Amino acid sequence: MLWYIGRRVLQMIPVFLGATLLIYAMVFLLPGDPIAALAGDKALSPAVAQQLRERYHLDLPFYQQYLLYLKGIFTLDFGTSFSGRPVSEVLAQAFPITMKLAFMALIVETVFGVGFGLIAGLRKGGFFDSTVLLFSLVLIAIPIFVIGFLAQFFIGVKWGIVPPTVGGNTSFTNLLLPALVLGSVSFAYVLRLTRTSVAENLTADYVRTATAKGLSRGRVVRVHVLRNSLIPVVTFLGADLATLMGGAIVTEGIFNINGVGGTIYQAVTRGEAPTVVSFVTILIVIYLIANLLVDLLYAALDPRIRYV
Amino acid sequence: MSETVKTGRVVRQSHFVAPPEVAAPGETDAVKLDQAPTSMWTDAWRDLRKRPLFIISTIIILAVIVIAAFPSLFTSTDPRFCDLTYSMQGPTSGHWFGFDRQGCDVYSRTIYGARASVLVGVGVTASVLVIGVIFGALSGFYGGWTDSILSRVADIFFGIPLILAAIVLMQLFTDRTIWTVVGVLALFGWPQMARIARGAVISAKNNDYVMASEALGVSKLKTLIRHVIPNSLAPIIVVATISLGTYIVAEATLSFLGIGLPSTEVSWGGDISNAQVTLRQGSTILFYPATALAITVLGFIMMGDALRDALDPKSRKR
Amino acid sequence: MTTKETLTPEETPLLEIRDLEVSFQSNSGPVPAVRGVSLTVYPGQTVAIVGESGSGKSTTAHSIINLLPGTGKVTAGEIIFDGKDISKVSEKDFVHIRGSQIGLVPQDPMSNLNPVWKVGFQIEEALAANGIAKGKAAKVRAAELLEEAGLAEAESRLGQYPHEFSGGMRQRALIAIGLSARPKLLIADEPTSALDVTVQRQILDHLDGLTTELGTAVLLITHDLGLAAERAEHLIVMSKGRIVESGPALEILKRPQHPYTQKLVAAAPSLASKRLSSSVARAEIREQAEEVAEAVKAEESAGESFGKATDDVLVVDHLTKVFKLRKGFRKTTDFTAVNDVSFKVRRGTTTAIVGESGSGKSTVAQMVLGLLEPTAGNVVFDGQDVAKLGAKETFAFRRRVQPIFQNPYGTLDPMYSIYRTIEEPLRTHKVGTKAEREARVRELLDKVGLPQSVMRRFPNELSGGQRQRVAIARALALQPEVVICDEAVSALDVLVQDQILTLLNDLQAEFGLTYLFITHDLAVVRQIADNVLVMSRGSIVESAPIDDVFGNPQQDYTRKLLDAIPGGSITLGS
Repeated sequence: MLWYIGRRVLQMIPVFLGATLLIYAMVFLLPGDPIAALAGDKALSPAVAQQLRERYHLDLPFYQQYLLYLKGIFTLDFGTSFSGRPVSEVLAQAFPITMKLAFMALIVETVFGVGFGLIAGLRKGGFFDSTVLLFSLVLIAIPIFVIGFLAQFFIGVKWGIVPPTVGGNTSFTNLLLPALVLGSVSFAYVLRLTRTSVAENLTADYVRTATAKGLSRGRVVRVHVLRNSLIPVVTFLGADLATLMGGAIVTEGIFNINGVGGTIYQAVTRGEAPTVVSFVTILIVIYLIANLLVDLLYAALDPRIRYV
Repeated sequence: MSETVKTGRVVRQSHFVAPPEVAAPGETDAVKLDQAPTSMWTDAWRDLRKRPLFIISTIIILAVIVIAAFPSLFTSTDPRFCDLTYSMQGPTSGHWFGFDRQGCDVYSRTIYGARASVLVGVGVTASVLVIGVIFGALSGFYGGWTDSILSRVADIFFGIPLILAAIVLMQLFTDRTIWTVVGVLALFGWPQMARIARGAVISAKNNDYVMASEALGVSKLKTLIRHVIPNSLAPIIVVATISLGTYIVAEATLSFLGIGLPSTEVSWGGDISNAQVTLRQGSTILFYPATALAITVLGFIMMGDALRDALDPKSRKR
Repeated sequence: MTTKETLTPEETPLLEIRDLEVSFQSNSGPVPAVRGVSLTVYPGQTVAIVGESGSGKSTTAHSIINLLPGTGKVTAGEIIFDGKDISKVSEKDFVHIRGSQIGLVPQDPMSNLNPVWKVGFQIEEALAANGIAKGKAAKVRAAELLEEAGLAEAESRLGQYPHEFSGGMRQRALIAIGLSARPKLLIADEPTSALDVTVQRQILDHLDGLTTELGTAVLLITHDLGLAAERAEHLIVMSKGRIVESGPALEILKRPQHPYTQKLVAAAPSLASKRLSSSVARAEIREQAEEVAEAVKAEESAGESFGKATDDVLVVDHLTKVFKLRKGFRKTTDFTAVNDVSFKVRRGTTTAIVGESGSGKSTVAQMVLGLLEPTAGNVVFDGQDVAKLGAKETFAFRRRVQPIFQNPYGTLDPMYSIYRTIEEPLRTHKVGTKAEREARVRELLDKVGLPQSVMRRFPNELSGGQRQRVAIARALALQPEVVICDEAVSALDVLVQDQILTLLNDLQAEFGLTYLFITHDLAVVRQIADNVLVMSRGSIVESAPIDDVFGNPQQDYTRKLLDAIPGGSITLGS
């Protein structure tokens, strides 16, 4: 088991280095003046340009630039944003909010996704199954930003059930609607995955043996079908984190939440490239770590791979 | 050796023989020649033809492609002709969806918006198929060091979520075109296809017909191309179809954020973004591009679902 | 039929099935799987249902406990267990019958145990569900049950997962589970088909002992006539959903009355009758084949030949293959799959390599084919070392040695029509024009007994036996001299197996082919082999002509293999 963990960590290192290198290269190695690119549509005075050049170490050879960039990641020093605040400070404030939002979304999508998927899988071909399947297709097809401000408009503005924007008040009730929106697409995927998994496992040999042993249907489903069906769902949740992050940018933007995503959203619309790069880098690091954790969770659920 | 057979203290049952017509020993293992020959693809096609999901999605996709290719058949208004005097006016004859904030004809823009979405979807999917399948097939078939290295490379790209990477890259380009978007999305979308291709190739390669092919003297590369890849196509096609839908959504999301297609291009995502504010004023112009987008994506995803069910090896007759 | 008042408990049927009909739903309407089946099982009795695949034997058994897969349903008939008709019982009530009254030992041990739960857990939950024991008492009882089923170190085994057990161990665990609640009837569905033959015997012996001791009635489902006759008192032969013949086991074997049963008995490889008839036929084939092979050899040495046409077309010399397996961080262990194997095969003869799983026989086959490089030793084909051949020579070599593999469902490319599959070798080696190739394909199809119109069809339309014939046609396309049959008939039903073996023999006599026949089934070997190599764990244990191996086995392992042949001890005179 330890060997499995060790191997996964070792595998993550080159991926981490490679990914950060890739991001850095994309930003700084593109043809043209990176400073101009970073400045976007704004014109820069030569003084500011020189300052930026120094700050991003552009006069140094590339590998040194990259190493300093890495060092920045590890010491959480990302320099300052255009508005003057240190990026790490902005991050420290924004991070907990996004974590709360993402966590709520995760609970929603997992609980409802697995729950509905289980029922649909057990009654495959039935009315509930067909309805739920169609519903999930629609959720996947409609982009999250459309769902976002449709929800915002109808539930927030027109019917006034919850406040349409969050702003400073990040209580659970306020974050509920954004969390539902954020988790909506993932909920659809989890539902479909669970459904397929359950339907498949229901016809597995060991389920038949379990029934032949004299176990009640409820127990067979709980202990044998569900447990085995969760394994692919867990794997999916790791990859899904990427979708959540991307979706968070849009959702936080729409609902005016000052989390990591919202900051990126504003930075993107304002053209503040350095902030975008730093924040995206953080998200990538989180993504890699989360995938590592998901791999470990997978090993906990499936004893067969512990010794591979 | 003596006969080790159970005889017993138990009741002896009588000998029963069925009449000879029962299980009449006709030819053992005769070939049934009554139906027309069918291959796996013919079987799948027959199955698909009957599925409502497939029929509906085909209609949608064909409709969208026709609209994208020949927008002038559906509207004679120039989507870029925007007159501020018409700003936010309601539907009138010839302009069934009304006008947006800039005074552009919403119906026309909805029609012309299909082109960008379809081009991006098809462009990215095609690129991703080529890169991903080559990578995945080589990796899965040859294994060993090839597999290790190629997998690591794929992992690195995979480790950066598509939207995030796209956001980072796109905002660095000041002149963007459709092909910029296609390029960026393809650059980070191929690892997913490579993984699927690799998995499909690995499971196809384990079949005896691969070994039989090599034992005939066919080179490894030719075996890969002639035998392994055709048998790996099923999951690849399913994923490609569904991904097409998600790439269209990705483009719309980028345009919504303002870093996708430039505002000179007609894009559903961009239109939705522009129409955001109007929603609060009670206008419905947002719904047209949104619905068009949703239906288009729905068409591709439903198609992918139908294909997956039809090509599922477990439901095919053996 | 005895009158009701005089029936003792022993004489009251435990299970009585009357006119059972089971059908499945398909796209084209209901498909009957079981038609009008009636049978009786008395307490403590072992009844065997024998049939080929598709005969309905498993379906009948599963319908008893209402475990029909998919769309299966009992459409008519009664199933009377212990006096009650259980065919109409609701699913909820069935829970009380399963496990405690009727137990099941399923077929494939790997897929029938849930891989994510410990073995002990899966036994304990059976105990708890049937009200036998709970909690700590269940753990103790589970260990006892495992020991009873023949598993050593039962207590520590409880904490292990199924994938850590060997096949035989898993089957024992399943037996333990099946008998855990001491049911009155045990349904054993091909309980040992997936296991090695020596393990099979051990497990079946054990099962016999247990059920006799406990007085459990057993309904044994099997495709092996010999096995059924050995283990059951009453035999039921089924085909295409109907009962063909039933009666006391020995009587059916000695005096089968229905034509189908007669065919089955004649074809069953394990029965002594078959062995006798086979050796006579075999001697004839061998003579003929050797003659033709001599002619071929003469042709070759006269014209341009690949090597020196020798008598021993295949010589394997000190062949060894060691695989490096990774265990843990940076550590690799060596796994010797083949250890210093040497043998010679004469032209026109068949040498069989017999061994259980893991014996290395398939690895030897792959090295002979030149698909795997040996770690040491060499394979000499027609005087030339296979490993030292250049690219062009290897290409020429491939024409002369061809394989036939085990799994008929994986041996043909599903995307290729039958025509393309058989034509491929001809095309690859650029033999003839298109028209000539087509003629050759037709000729080959004739030779293997398939109608020529099959050419346009695809593998998914053919049965297992038919696909193997296509595989044989493909192998013969280039007129090879040596054919390697790697478990070529192991996946086929008995009657089809017999047909294919006959076909292989006929082809050998006609073309002077040399066969290297790999199999785990010693019984089948009698029909086709002249010499036998017995392998175990990578090494050759015994090497002798066929009559010697069967009549006078020298090694203990060979004797064990012979003993393990199910029904092998039943002698049938005529």
